Amino acid sequence: MLRVEKLESRYGRIPALKGISLRVEAGELVALVGANGAGKSTLLRALSGVQPVSGGSVAFCGENVTAATPEARVRLGIVQVPEGRQVFGPLSVEDNLRLGAYRRGRAQIEASLAYVYGLFPDLVERRAQPAGNLSGGQQQMLAMGRALMARPRLLLLDEPSMGLAPRLVAGIFACITKLRGDDTAIFLVDQNARAALAIADRGYVLETGSIVLAGTGAELLADQAVRSAYLGL
Amino acid sequence: MSGELAQFLLSGLTVGSIYALVALGFAIIYNASHVINFAQGEFVMIGGMATVSLLGAGLPLALAAALAVALAALIGLALARFAVQPARGASVVTLIIITIGAAILLRGLAALVWDKRIHALPAFSGDAPIAVAGATLAPQSLWVIGVTALIVCALWAFFNRTLNGKAILAVSHNRLAAQLMGISVRRVLLVSFALSAALGALAGILVAPITFTSWDVGVMLGLKGFAAAILGGMGSGPGAVLGGLVLGLLESLGAGYLSSAYKDAIAFIVMLAVLMLMPGGLLGARAAERV
Repeated sequence: MLRVEKLESRYGRIPALKGISLRVEAGELVALVGANGAGKSTLLRALSGVQPVSGGSVAFCGENVTAATPEARVRLGIVQVPEGRQVFGPLSVEDNLRLGAYRRGRAQIEASLAYVYGLFPDLVERRAQPAGNLSGGQQQMLAMGRALMARPRLLLLDEPSMGLAPRLVAGIFACITKLRGDDTAIFLVDQNARAALAIADRGYVLETGSIVLAGTGAELLADQAVRSAYLGL
Repeated sequence: MSGELAQFLLSGLTVGSIYALVALGFAIIYNASHVINFAQGEFVMIGGMATVSLLGAGLPLALAAALAVALAALIGLALARFAVQPARGASVVTLIIITIGAAILLRGLAALVWDKRIHALPAFSGDAPIAVAGATLAPQSLWVIGVTALIVCALWAFFNRTLNGKAILAVSHNRLAAQLMGISVRRVLLVSFALSAALGALAGILVAPITFTSWDVGVMLGLKGFAAAILGGMGSGPGAVLGGLVLGLLESLGAGYLSSAYKDAIAFIVMLAVLMLMPGGLLGARAAERV
C-alpha cells in the first residue's frame, strides 16, 4: 500500500532522512520507534507532503505521490494526526471534526460524525465547546477523530501518547488497535516504544535518519539492542 | 441629544463604516498569512477610480461598481499569486515590504492609466438630506452604513456557517494542521486576497460620493483602516468592525469639539496608544490553550 524508497530530506544542509525505505501493507499496524531527533516526525511530515524531500520516492496504492500536494494526499487517503494534537483551539469540537472531512462530500459527513462520536463518546457532550478547552486526552481523541473524518486508508499517528497521564495512554493505545481495520492501515510513531511495538504487526527502528532495524513487533521487543536502547531493559 | 452631537455621531458612523470595511480587509489577509497588506488602501482607490472611469464610459452606476469590485478582486488575486506566493517561505517582514512595493506600483499605475485629478461619484440616490434627531443625514451615508452592515452579516455567516469559511479560520489558527486535513493553504491565500480587495474596492465606491476619490486616496484610507484594525485587535473580524466604528466616531467628535485640524492625527494617536498600552486591541486574541 505504502512504498517508501530511499527517501531523503534535509533541513538546510543538515540531512534529516538519509535514504529511508519501508512499506506498510493494507490493514497493517506498523510502528516506528527511535530516539528524539532521529527523524520520526520528519518522516511523517514528508509522507504527508508538508516537508520537502530531496531524494527518493513515495508510492501509495501504486501511485507515485512523491511530489503530490498535501491536499492531494489527503484525498488519496493519507491522513496524519500531528504531534501535539494541533486542534483548532478556538473552533468548536464539531467544527474541528467537520474540517477533517473537508476533502469529502457533504453527504458522507454526517455518517462519519456519528461514527466518530460513537468511538469517542466524551466528545459528544462537548461538541459545541471550543476545542482549546478540552483536556489533553480529549484533545488527542479529537485530533484522532478529526483525522478519521477524512476516511483514511493510511493513518499516520505522531506521538499520540505524548504528554498524557499513564491511565490515558493505555486508553489511547487500546483505541489505536481498534482503529486498524480491513481498509485502514496505521503507521504509528511513539516515544513509548514498548507499548507501540506491543500492538504493532511490524516495526522499524530509526536512528539519526536511517532505518537500522526492522522486524515484527514481537521480534523487536525481544531484540537485545532495542531492549537496551529504547525499553530501558 | 443636541443636534450638533447627533450630527457628529452620524458622520462618525459613516466614515467609521468605511474604516471597518478596510480594516476587515486587513484582518482577513492577516489571518490567512500573517501579512499586513499595505496595498489594502490601493484597493479602495481602485474601487473608486475604476467606477468613475467606467461611469464616464457610459455604463450604469450599478454595473460600473460591480465591474470595479471585480477588477479589484482580480488585482488582489494577482498580487497574491505573483507577488506574495512566489516569496512564500520568506519572513513576514519581507512579505509586508512586498505589499508596500505593490501599493506604490498600483498608485503609479493609477496615475498613469487614469489621471492625477480629483473625481467625484454622484450620490447613489440623490442629495436631498434626511432630518434625523435634529441633524441632517445625506442619503449616501445610509448607503455606506447599510451596505457595510449587510457585508458584515454576510462575512459573519461565511466564517461561522460555511465549511469553506471555517477552513480559512482553521488555516489562521493552525496552518500545519489545516494542511494535514487537506485544506489548500495556497487557495486560502488567494481567496483571502481577492475577498479583501473586493471589500476595499466596495468601501472606495461607497465613500467616493462623500469624500471624492483620486489616485492617491488609498494612502490615508489604508492607514486609517490599519489603525482601525490595530484598535480592534489585528486578525479579529468583530474587532475590525468595532475598531472602525470607534475610530470614525473619535475622529468625528474630535474634529467637531476640538479642531478639525487634528482629524487625521486622531487615528494615529489612537494607534500609538493601543500599541503601547494594549497591543492586543479591543477584541484581540487572548491566547489560552491547554497543551
